[in-house]
Amino acid sequence: MPRRTDIESILIIGSGPIVIGQACEFDYSGVQACKALRQAGFRIILVNSNPATIMTDPEMADATYVEPLTVPYLEKIIERERPDALLPTVGGQTGLNLAVDLAAAGVLDRYGVELIGARLESMQLAEDRELFKNAITEYGLESPHSFLATTLEEARSHAETIGRFPIFIRPSFTLGGSGAGTIHTPDEFDVKVAWGLRESPVGSVLIEESLIGWKEFELEVMRDGADNFVVVCSIENLDAMGVHTGDSITVAPAQTLTDRELQRLRDQARLVMRAVGVETGGSNVQFAVHPETGRVVVIEMNPRVSRSSALASKATGFPIAKWAALVAVGYNLDELTNDITRQTVAAFEPSIDYVVVKIPRWAFEKFSGVESSLGPQMKSVGEAMSIGRTFKAALQKGIRSLEIGRNGWGPLAGPVTDDDLEDLLRTPNRDRLFAVYTALERQWDLETLARMTGFDIWFLDQMQQLFETADRVSGADAESLREAKRQGFSDSQLAELLSHHRAEPWSEVDVREVRRQHDIRPTYHQVDTCAAEFQAFTPYLYSSYDEGDEALPTERRKVVILGGGPNRIGQGIEFDYCCVHASFALQEMGYETIMVNCNPETVSTDYDTSTRLYFEPLTREDVLHIVQREAANGDLAGVIVQYGGQTPLNLATDLERDGVPILGTSPTSIDLAEDRDRFSDLLAELDIPAPAHGLARNLEQALAVVDTIGYPVVVRPSFVLGGRAMAIVHDEVDLKTYIHAAAQVSPHHPLYVDQFLNAAIEVDVDAICDGRQVVIGGIMQHVEGAGVHSGDSACVLPPHRLSASVLDRLRSHTRRLGMALHVRGLMNVQYAIQGEQVYVLEVNPRASRTVPYVSKATGVQLAKIAAKVMLGSTLEELGLTEEPTVNGFFVKEAVLPWKKFTGVDTILGPEMRSTGEVMGHAPDFGNAFAKSQEQAGSPLPVRGGALLTVNDQDKTDALPIARELHELGFRLLATRGTAEFFRAAGLEVRKVRKAGEEGRTVLEAMEEGQVDLVVNTPKGPRSRRHGARIRALATRLAIPILTTMPAAAAAVTGIRALQAQNADVRSLQNYAVAEPVP
Amino acid sequence: MSGQRAHLVLSDGTVFVGQGFGAETVAVGEVVFNTCLTGYQEVITDPSYQGQMVCMTTPHIGNTGINKDDIESARPHLTALIVREVSRHVSSWRATRSLPDWLAEAGVPGISDIDTRLLTRHIREQGVVHAALCTDGSLNPDQLLARARNFEGLEGRDLVREVTCAAPYAWAETTASPWEPVASGEMPEPVEMERQPLVVAWDLGIKYNILRRLASQGFRVEVVPASTSAAEVLAMKPDGLFLSNGPGDPGALHYVTETARQLIESNVPLFGICLGHQIIAQALGAETYKLKFGHHGGNQPVSDLAAGNVQITSQNHNYSVLHDGLPDNVEITHWNLNDKTVEGLRLTDKPVFSVQYHPEASPGPHDADRLFAEFVQLVQSRSPATG
Repeated sequence: MPRRTDIESILIIGSGPIVIGQACEFDYSGVQACKALRQAGFRIILVNSNPATIMTDPEMADATYVEPLTVPYLEKIIERERPDALLPTVGGQTGLNLAVDLAAAGVLDRYGVELIGARLESMQLAEDRELFKNAITEYGLESPHSFLATTLEEARSHAETIGRFPIFIRPSFTLGGSGAGTIHTPDEFDVKVAWGLRESPVGSVLIEESLIGWKEFELEVMRDGADNFVVVCSIENLDAMGVHTGDSITVAPAQTLTDRELQRLRDQARLVMRAVGVETGGSNVQFAVHPETGRVVVIEMNPRVSRSSALASKATGFPIAKWAALVAVGYNLDELTNDITRQTVAAFEPSIDYVVVKIPRWAFEKFSGVESSLGPQMKSVGEAMSIGRTFKAALQKGIRSLEIGRNGWGPLAGPVTDDDLEDLLRTPNRDRLFAVYTALERQWDLETLARMTGFDIWFLDQMQQLFETADRVSGADAESLREAKRQGFSDSQLAELLSHHRAEPWSEVDVREVRRQHDIRPTYHQVDTCAAEFQAFTPYLYSSYDEGDEALPTERRKVVILGGGPNRIGQGIEFDYCCVHASFALQEMGYETIMVNCNPETVSTDYDTSTRLYFEPLTREDVLHIVQREAANGDLAGVIVQYGGQTPLNLATDLERDGVPILGTSPTSIDLAEDRDRFSDLLAELDIPAPAHGLARNLEQALAVVDTIGYPVVVRPSFVLGGRAMAIVHDEVDLKTYIHAAAQVSPHHPLYVDQFLNAAIEVDVDAICDGRQVVIGGIMQHVEGAGVHSGDSACVLPPHRLSASVLDRLRSHTRRLGMALHVRGLMNVQYAIQGEQVYVLEVNPRASRTVPYVSKATGVQLAKIAAKVMLGSTLEELGLTEEPTVNGFFVKEAVLPWKKFTGVDTILGPEMRSTGEVMGHAPDFGNAFAKSQEQAGSPLPVRGGALLTVNDQDKTDALPIARELHELGFRLLATRGTAEFFRAAGLEVRKVRKAGEEGRTVLEAMEEGQVDLVVNTPKGPRSRRHGARIRALATRLAIPILTTMPAAAAAVTGIRALQAQNADVRSLQNYAVAEPVP
Repeated sequence: MSGQRAHLVLSDGTVFVGQGFGAETVAVGEVVFNTCLTGYQEVITDPSYQGQMVCMTTPHIGNTGINKDDIESARPHLTALIVREVSRHVSSWRATRSLPDWLAEAGVPGISDIDTRLLTRHIREQGVVHAALCTDGSLNPDQLLARARNFEGLEGRDLVREVTCAAPYAWAETTASPWEPVASGEMPEPVEMERQPLVVAWDLGIKYNILRRLASQGFRVEVVPASTSAAEVLAMKPDGLFLSNGPGDPGALHYVTETARQLIESNVPLFGICLGHQIIAQALGAETYKLKFGHHGGNQPVSDLAAGNVQITSQNHNYSVLHDGLPDNVEITHWNLNDKTVEGLRLTDKPVFSVQYHPEASPGPHDADRLFAEFVQLVQSRSPATG
């Protein structure tokens, strides 16, 4: 069937902020859907609360709403835009759930909006374990055997039917699912089942066959309205069942199934689609296969595009989201042309002649107290994908793509006993891959390793081959080097291995030189969907050391853009946004753009974002090879390293040393900004104040520094970036505790000690410098006070509480810094304002996290303009000579992963821990802030109880907040000190006991639902326990919690706005385009 | 990296140096590439590859070893196997041995560790080529080049003679229940049968899975050698007739084409697959021609005009039916969406239909399995005794 003509406008719901489990992949899929549907002539209305996305760029849709993803707000948008249809399948589970909620609330019926791409019943069926099981059983498909038992005898007989341990049990309806778990022995079974029967309010326990240790496979499938069905890709999980697929190392295509076995999964996937009733679109079906019997069990299906479908698209070149969107509006797959081959159609199954490996990236170091073992709940924050001709090469490339300080596969970092090693192999964890290497060093055999890890022995043998190759490279002869390179070894990894055998250590450059002598060079192959059966027209490339080369650099003017690699905390979608904008802008200028990145979730790794795409690790060696290959033909203007975050920036100096032209601000200037001593000299020269600071190599030196600076101070190790291990220290006891705990302080790794500006307001400024002038893009005032990492702090644009003279000084400092540092392109300056005093905290001559937010708020696309500046355009030519004005208020709020990491103290600090961001906007600050809180998942209450428990320094500031809350009709609760202080000021307050005290405490009050808002500011690290328990509970109960006085003040303004009930929605396209500040 | 250094030399002088596995010997043949991601065991045992060296585009081959079930004939048929990497370790609960051991025993050589993508692109651009492979060190590249150039080629040769059965036999094995395929669309309702209809299948290099699928549909299956005459078979009073897949050039098979002509006239329902389809087309007066590099894979999209949808099909052929020479009573039922070649036909006035692709899959998707059910229906509608 051709395109439907009975619908004209389509509403697309995005997935909101980046959170664990929902990341950039939904920006990628949303962008594909928007582009494809607009090209097909539909009017697109897009809603997403995440400003850092490409999909919310105003040119991606006809009407773009950066508004809360809630039923009331969506109803307002639907009421205004009157879309004919809603496509809920490209916005992750968030999009799907909202569609279900909108239908349930009657909104879709009320406004005559048709669901396309997925039927309501299908969405419900796929989500409900029991309904799903019944549906697939009707089609003859198997689920895990499970039974409900009401007595222990019954339970035992069911266990016998299942036949073997482990067995999974789940008592019915216990609070928070308590008592559920995997049982390994009959004795344990009796105890746990008896307990479950007692605790279950209905006296029953589910006894289920455990699938732990089974092989896990996923099929990415598509279906259209003519019942055309294709499997885009099969994915095999290296980690056996029991580890969330998002936390599993996965391999595509599946490697350990015969054709019969794979076709059986294909057939079953087709039946699952029928059973769930998915008529059009992409789905993901997950299977468990018993390793010894081959029995197949269907685990679940997602009737939408997913993280796995993004991976499958990048792994094969088959654009699932694009085609899913088009089949949803009536097209059949055979009516859609494959962009890559231009002669074949979308109704086909990709064949690939390489191996793809995806490895998750975790951030446990950011969350002390979190279990680092892996299980059914996803914990990773990002992933790297790699493409190699063999599994071995892909694994090596994948590991170095992760940027975890490893140049390839190798042993565990520290010493480990055999017992601990066995634990590391048995318990899924992020180091398990490396534990295998260590085990091979100890000559543990493959069968043992297979038993311990649950990894298929085929993969273990591949690893063993790598291990043997590592052993063979001792000679640095041409043959062994070539073989090692074919297996994906990096030069720096080889240098390390060679150094074991030499008196003189080898460097990466030495290995490169030997390779040059032997003419061992990488070649590039195309990702073409068809294993070379047809000619491919999209230069989507990966490296190998095979003979054939398909890179064929063109004669054109070209620029290489280095992406950001896997998402991590502090480096995520914002930087991908910048890279994509650079690519778009430079293509506008007539350059060929060449993207290098290894993150499969992103828009930057879509094959049609840039002229050419290299899906490669972002290391010095891999980037240098690409640059050399591209420079062999045409005119390479240079490489952009400033847009992908820290990853490419860290390569700048080495690349420059290797003769690679770096565009924009020079690496020397970047270094200058990062070198504390040289930078303070520069500030002194410019007469720009900065907080006092010093360097300490031991406790005595630290105490001496503090003597001159005075408490409080900010301390952090010099060699750790991104605020890691940073702390604010209020007295000598704290300082001693920190230095002892850190244990990282040494003559080689001194400690930075900085003056902490109490009660200061932090400000971020984004600006562009073209060498002639500096134009400010936006001045953002942080809502939280100084001391909270800028990435975790809410901020507001324009600044709402800064004086004109402070603003003038911010502008003047920024201009002078930009000129003095010879910035060409973007720069970000962080300031602290104490009273009327303006201090520079740091300058980053590169794209910052706030660039997309500022661009959305001002309508000025800073990243594009700055990219053109790097290639020689002037700001005057580009028409940006004045700071843009902002229409209304735009509040950016950080989104933190507390729900996934229960037990972690939720207090904000100098270490960044947020995974994503949202933007609320309105004509007034109050509504903008209230929206931002709703978007971030903790909507402000409009009435109820407010609990205040603040430290002594904050009591004075807390008083007007308490008073205002009282006026707004809130009941006040406070712990002793705070309550007494308020009472003395004449406020009516209910006193509650602190957590940990005898009797009923604040915790019970919260559990009982008497608290709707918490204001809690912590004291030093010694008295945090009480606060930590409150914060943890507030997170669990989803009570909004404010941990700084400025945030509490903002919240009160927000609550006032909510009570006025005058919030409205506005599309980005409807802003008056920014007018320059006079 | 075990095994000897091996050389694969193409007739145009291109030399690939890799590692030998399987048999240590010299082989000469025509090189084709196959893009199936899985199913090397089925490919290796498919008699249609007689005379051909097969380059698998999937880099890892041999991962799941060899088992006793996934065979399409009694032995390997291809001349040589060309892979990027052969697995030294087997992982499968059904495996009984390793691929290299099995090939060695069957006398089939293999070469690994060559750039199979480069070879594939070469074939895509130049078309199928002749080549010589040496895995025992007995010939140098120059000698191999001479062998490759002297290779007589497959055109005009009767390769069916080399693979067909020596004597008729009955086939009873059906598809085991765990492997029962799920086809696209709704399957026709099975019809009650008083007795099993008899189908006689000409073995032109028949794949076992065709026989399994016929038997699973309730047919009593008799297999006869390719040279069996129409009269002999019609004397068996068959309810259905089948012409199988097989290797090589259909133009060289005049005797089978003549048989097919008589079968079409017999009005007994006739079904042909792959080479069988080409033979039927020839019997109807059409010509066949050699494709540049053929279709060898499990992802070929075929438009089914009657069903109004696309089936992802398994294919393995180098020759195709020229549409132009077909008479008016022929209806084209299937087209290839990639290159618009003829994929299926039926006669409007006789119970005859055929497809170029492999509805029995093995390896490949099961989308088109319904054709076997349709064949049963056709047989039943023509033969009241069984209806």
